[in-house]
Amino acid sequence: MHTVVMTKGVPDFREGQVSFDEDGHLERGKTPTVMNPNDKHALRAAFQTKVRNGGHVSLMSMGPPGYEEVLQEGMRDVYADDLYLLSDREMGAADTWATAMTVATGLQNLDEQPDLVFAGFKTADGETGHTGPQTCWCLDWPMITHVLSLDIDEDAGTVRAKRLVDGDISEIETVEAPMPCFIVADPEFEPTYRKASHRLKHKDLREETQQRAEEYEEHLTVWDHEDLNLDPDYIGLDGSPTIVSGVDPIPKAPSEREATMIEADEREALEPVLDELTPYAAGD
Amino acid sequence: MTDAAEEYEAVVVGCGPGGAAAAATLARNGVETLVLERGVDAGSKNVSGGLIYAEESAPYTIDGLFPDFREEATERPVTENIIHNIAGDKVKSFDIGDLHHHDTAWADAVLRRKMDSWLAKQVHERTRETGGGLLTEVHVTGLLRERGEIVGVTTEELDPIKADIVVAADGVNSELARDAGLMDWEEPEEWFQGVKAVVDMEPEVINDRFDVAPDDGAAHLFSGDLFDGVRGGGFLYTNESSLSIGTVFHLDSIAEERAEPHELLDSLLTHPLMAQWLSDEYDEREYSAKLVPDSKKAAHPSPHEDRLVLVGDAAGQMQAQGPIIKGMNHAVTAGALAAEAFADARARDDPSQAGDLYEKKLHDEGVMDKLRPTGYKVFGQLGELGPVDDLSNAIAESAVGRFGVRAAAGLLERAYASPRMVSMIPDTKLPYVTLPTVIAEELGEPVTDENTVSPPDLGDRIGDLTYDVGDPHIELVDKSFEASGTAVTACPVSAEDFGGGCYRDEMVQTNGSEEHLVSLDTQPCVECGTCAIVADTEWEHPAGGKGVEFNQG
Ligand SMILES: Cc1cc2nc3c(=O)[nH]c(=O)nc-3n(C[C@H](O)[C@H](O)[C@H](O)COP(=O)(O)OP(=O)(O)OC[C@H]3O[C@@H](n4cnc5c(N)ncnc54)[C@H](O)[C@@H]3O)c2cc1C
Ligand SMILES: Cc1cc2nc3c(=O)[nH]c(=O)nc-3n(C[C@H](O)[C@H](O)[C@H](O)COP(=O)(O)OP(=O)(O)OC[C@H]3O[C@@H](n4cnc5c(N)ncnc54)[C@H](O)[C@@H]3O)c2cc1C
Ligand code: SF4
Repeated sequence: MHTVVMTKGVPDFREGQVSFDEDGHLERGKTPTVMNPNDKHALRAAFQTKVRNGGHVSLMSMGPPGYEEVLQEGMRDVYADDLYLLSDREMGAADTWATAMTVATGLQNLDEQPDLVFAGFKTADGETGHTGPQTCWCLDWPMITHVLSLDIDEDAGTVRAKRLVDGDISEIETVEAPMPCFIVADPEFEPTYRKASHRLKHKDLREETQQRAEEYEEHLTVWDHEDLNLDPDYIGLDGSPTIVSGVDPIPKAPSEREATMIEADEREALEPVLDELTPYAAGD
Repeated sequence: MTDAAEEYEAVVVGCGPGGAAAAATLARNGVETLVLERGVDAGSKNVSGGLIYAEESAPYTIDGLFPDFREEATERPVTENIIHNIAGDKVKSFDIGDLHHHDTAWADAVLRRKMDSWLAKQVHERTRETGGGLLTEVHVTGLLRERGEIVGVTTEELDPIKADIVVAADGVNSELARDAGLMDWEEPEEWFQGVKAVVDMEPEVINDRFDVAPDDGAAHLFSGDLFDGVRGGGFLYTNESSLSIGTVFHLDSIAEERAEPHELLDSLLTHPLMAQWLSDEYDEREYSAKLVPDSKKAAHPSPHEDRLVLVGDAAGQMQAQGPIIKGMNHAVTAGALAAEAFADARARDDPSQAGDLYEKKLHDEGVMDKLRPTGYKVFGQLGELGPVDDLSNAIAESAVGRFGVRAAAGLLERAYASPRMVSMIPDTKLPYVTLPTVIAEELGEPVTDENTVSPPDLGDRIGDLTYDVGDPHIELVDKSFEASGTAVTACPVSAEDFGGGCYRDEMVQTNGSEEHLVSLDTQPCVECGTCAIVADTEWEHPAGGKGVEFNQG
């Protein structure tokens, strides 16, 4: 089994990490880049196949040299046997299409052809959710999206998945596909380990990958467009059909209401709150 | 269901000292061993006083099994042991060094989170080499049976697991011992309840206030009239940079007196005697509680059934040697003996003999005699009305008795420090309340220091604990005050007129008549086990990784 997970670096939008300027624009220089959180769900799904079915897990990204640390983060926090970074100036400023073209070529360039490729649901910044499916289209593989859980039958060469129908938690279906297969993991994906032996293996592999992450460079391969035999006209900015005609800031919701601060840890001091709320309860 | 079962040669449930000793010994014998622990980390569920003893007469000690134990996992060696008899503000202190040092190779203070998680790391490394290993956050729910025979365990998180031997080292309130019908949770007389506060203190301050060298420590024990007549006592042990201060009482006495455990702890913390050690900068790191079995009544004489063996608290192997509490050391010995028994049985190609061999080893190695001493069988069980108690009243009430106390001060001190004498102590007020009080009244000096400690209230104590709240794990079966009302006071995180605890009582109007009922909210539960005994409940531990998480223990 060889599984590959696609990932992208995104600004760390968590409270205390992210910084915005006065106009509400993201300050990229001041905001650390981290692994796209949804891609960690995808990587956990891939890790589950490693624990249950063996084989090896690769993590691949297209992006600037700084993404090395994003790959390291995935290796440290979840799992990876090796890392692939597709990076050079020609690949810069790619839209989802050019990104998919490049990543698909990267996947085909691997020594051992993957049985499963995983993408995250969507990124925390671009948020299109197009890159995964377009990569799959380039590969011409079957694809299962919104995947919640996975079982692999290696002998039959098939994968069986539970997935959300229309992304709606109220409707879940089970589908089966031949491998190689492309999987988009839903953020609700939950790895399950019901066997003691699996949990023990999980524990071993987590220890190993944390050690490996300390010297991740030894497990990292960087490919530029020449390594991948890619025509610069079809990648990066030149290969991107999307034209961003303009970006409109979303105006902040006007806030005209007044707030009354009540500081209270005593029961009596909370009474004004009740007084404020009672008229609403009465329907006034 | 058993189709999905995985098989290991041995399954050890719980990674306290008993489980760790069993697992290490099984691994040393090349037995493929799986260890299952419900906490997020071993030690995250555990509480002890804790002085861990290494007895010279014991066939196994913790440092024998884990050579770096004292360096890596303990706090300070305890070299000094004093018991304080208290009556009001009068105190008479006896040095019980003889009792402390009797049969003792060493005794160190420990904090369980640090100790057990260190042990667990060693256990995982050693058992992993056998093809097994240690898993945390797995709650073992019961025994797996085939045609009525115990063949393994069931868990909440994993498929069933089969094994040639199941070592139940799951501590007090062992669900496995109950499932096997070996232990019941009926009699409050068979248990103590321990409550403890870990108090922050700089190492230099400890050295100074207790007058100990940086590598030494002290133990102080307390008994007398400061606990409102509840039978039991208090302890204070020095750690590296904290103090462990707590109380241990007979559960039946807590129940009868409707005592509030946290208030009893506060009585100790605020006694004038403590002023020399505690200042108004009192900073409590953690409040905790747990039941403690009383081996004199609870130690199972034949702790095994089919492939199941019980070790440590699960088997009731917790010895109260007078005021000295020895549970961890016996759990270690029993764990290792059970493992040795299985290795022997396997070598004879008959693993099913393991239980009988284990029972034999417990007797042959003298463990059973320590847990259920003959002297106690003769004198201890005479109870409140027996001749021993008449003696107590005679001492307390007659001038001659009191004169005797004065005349025999030296003798009494020696008696307190005599292992044989203390093993015979009956569970009455005589040793716990009456005698210490009379001793203090007749021989003690008043303590005049002003104690300025104001302990946190119960709400703050609960608020400072770490919880990962899961589904309710205790079900109240009989909600009447009559059946379950004792829990309102006996639960260490509940109290009368306190709304933030687990148990509350209320008067409920039902068509004209009024009913006195009890309600339960398990959110603040510290899983001490008390209400499994004193209330009518369906009591289970929470799911793996859920519930309270102790950081000190
Ligand atoms: C309107 C628009 C304007 C853009 N403008 C710019 C621009 O000015 N400059 C510029 O550099 N880029 C630009 N991009 C490209 C874009 O930011 C991304 O690099 C990329 O195309 C991914 O799209 P996304 O963030 O929507 O990812 P999604 O499609 O939401 O990502 C889905 C999944 O695909 C995988 N994936 C996504 N990106 C990568 C990657 N790079 N490598 C490997 N796997 C990946 C991950 O598994 C991810 O979870 C633009 C894109 C759009 C749609
Ligand atoms: C306040 C207090 C003071 C004490 N003072 C001392 C002292 O000074 N000296 C001394 O020697 N002893 C003392 N004891 C007693 C001592 O703590 C116990 O006797 C000792 O911990 C018993 O060890 P054990 O290995 O049998 O069980 P424990 O240490 O209780 O370990 C049981 C383990 O099993 C796990 N477990 C339980 N149920 C399950 C399940 N269903 N599934 C999976 N895992 C499970 C628990 O999480 C725990 O890790 C004291 C106890 C208390 C409460
Ligand atoms: S609810 Fe029961 S087990 Fe929980 S702390 Fe209270 S008495 Fe102990």
